[in-house]
Amino acid sequence: MTASILSQALAQVFDPYVLWVILGSAMFGLFVGAVPGLTATMATALLVPVTFFMPPVPAIASIVTATAMAIFAGDIPSCFLRMPGTPASAAYTDEAYAMTKKGQGELALGAGLVFSVIGGLFGTAVLIIAAPALAEVALKFSSFEYFWLVILGLSSAVFLSTGNPLKGVVSLLLGLLVSAVGLDNPAGYPRFTFGNAELAGGLTLIPIMIGMFAVSEILRGVAAIDKPWEMAQASIGNVFKGMWGLTKKYPWQTLRGSALGTAIGALPGAGADIAAWMSYAMSKRFSKEQEKFGTGHVEGIIEAGASNNSALAGAWIPALVFGIPGDSITAIVIGVLYIKGLNPGPTIFMNNAVALYAIFIVFILANLLMIPLGIAAIKCAKQMLRAPRELLLPVILLFCIVGAFAINNSAFGVVLMLAFGVVGYLMEENGFPVAPAILGMVLGAMLEENFISSMIKADGRIFAFFERPIAGSLGVLTLLVLAVPLLRALFRTRMASHQGGNS
Amino acid sequence: MPGQKFGPAWFPGLIAVGLIVCGALLAVQTVRYRAPLVVLPAWIRSPRAVAGVVSVIAGLLFYALAADTLGFYLTAFLIQVVWMRVLGASWRVTLPVALVATVVIHLSFYKLLRIPLPWGIFEGFAF
Repeated sequence: MTASILSQALAQVFDPYVLWVILGSAMFGLFVGAVPGLTATMATALLVPVTFFMPPVPAIASIVTATAMAIFAGDIPSCFLRMPGTPASAAYTDEAYAMTKKGQGELALGAGLVFSVIGGLFGTAVLIIAAPALAEVALKFSSFEYFWLVILGLSSAVFLSTGNPLKGVVSLLLGLLVSAVGLDNPAGYPRFTFGNAELAGGLTLIPIMIGMFAVSEILRGVAAIDKPWEMAQASIGNVFKGMWGLTKKYPWQTLRGSALGTAIGALPGAGADIAAWMSYAMSKRFSKEQEKFGTGHVEGIIEAGASNNSALAGAWIPALVFGIPGDSITAIVIGVLYIKGLNPGPTIFMNNAVALYAIFIVFILANLLMIPLGIAAIKCAKQMLRAPRELLLPVILLFCIVGAFAINNSAFGVVLMLAFGVVGYLMEENGFPVAPAILGMVLGAMLEENFISSMIKADGRIFAFFERPIAGSLGVLTLLVLAVPLLRALFRTRMASHQGGNS
Repeated sequence: MPGQKFGPAWFPGLIAVGLIVCGALLAVQTVRYRAPLVVLPAWIRSPRAVAGVVSVIAGLLFYALAADTLGFYLTAFLIQVVWMRVLGASWRVTLPVALVATVVIHLSFYKLLRIPLPWGIFEGFAF
């Protein structure tokens, strides 16, 4: 049976139409990734309206390919402009630029490419093995387990997001509030609709995401329009020179980066950017040559470069199995999966096995395709980075308008996109992370539904949430995750007051 | 009635309580660290950047209000021209790029993806 599923899946992927879609989205992803200010999440949000009229497999394939390419291509402007192409490359931008200044730009770009591919393939392998196994377990889940999973996901989103956790909680609550709008709640009662028919259906997520990830980014780009991009000179020859040596020299770093990246990706709310920061920090911490970090040393680029690409695939594990997104990209993807009839959940492996294996194959293909296309992108880097922003930003904005309009064919989508674009910009500028808000919007309905139905089943007894074995373990784990930062904060204030007394 | 205890107001109510608590805590933090109430971003001193940000917001609002009457072609072309000019492109580049972008995006979404972009006053020329 498996063999027939596999051959059907292969036939679906190696169809000329699908291959053209993959090639087109790969080039789109490389461009978006390479231009600073355009991110992988933005690429996904802009692809959604385009995927509307495609069959399920090419639709998902375009997103998988574009994001994989974009995360790699984010390394390119790090070397030339000292600006990350996507937030996922920010962790080692200074390092990569320092390498270019030392005349090792070729090595930095090559390492970015090769270890992106390795990390991406590692994450894909974990996705292929872990997702079906997890789905077996998840088949037995009831509303109690889902309730705890959602709470666990939401809390990890808050605590993994950088900066002030309090601001993360506010962001999350705002997201949940947005999800409460409309008729779609267990009671079927219109909430926050103000008698408006557009609001009764709930706020559509795609225009909101285009606003928060694309319009807010464009606002930032427009605000920085006066800052010129200064290109560092680097001659790029054979980017593979020395790669085999690096692979042999840093096997442990590669593995550690890929593994940590996959895990961070799979945790809800934290994606490739946080994975790269954590892997870079870990690489520095355990390195034998710590003093070289920051002066143009390739070790951190290898570990973090593998990490951010593996996070991409890791994020799909909870997205496919539970419908809980692992990062901002899969938060958008889940919406697309529902539209395409590939409803996420443990049963996806029974109902849509062929499409699912086709997606897995696309993951492998996209990562392999990254080698030739990545080389091409590195060669054309200078042309891509010379794209005039005063023309590029307006065209992308028009693209956003059409995308936001296309979801419901109404101008209300454009208003929604603008409102959330401004909100997203203001939030990020003031240190409120956007990821928890997005997760709140996506998971709000699921949280409420599972809580209410659990409460009805349990007849109001809170203890019932811990009675089933898996629910109980998840519940205790969640409470621990929530308690640790509180205890740490308490401990820190104690320490601070002690020290304050001494000085 | 066990269902009634957790009606539609329950979930938003919980969120409201959370927001009030977090808001109060943030206010306390702000006061304690003597953070200023409002900090203006650095770009406010660049006229081009301010004009750009204002034009993006105004242009999107204009599209939402006017597209149904003026139609996609006119509205999209107009806001493209305004944005490109404000961001510093010359007329010689702006006009052809705005025209090509509008036509290409219209054709690919209207024809290829069958999204009913509005024709407005050009209804008679619809194809």
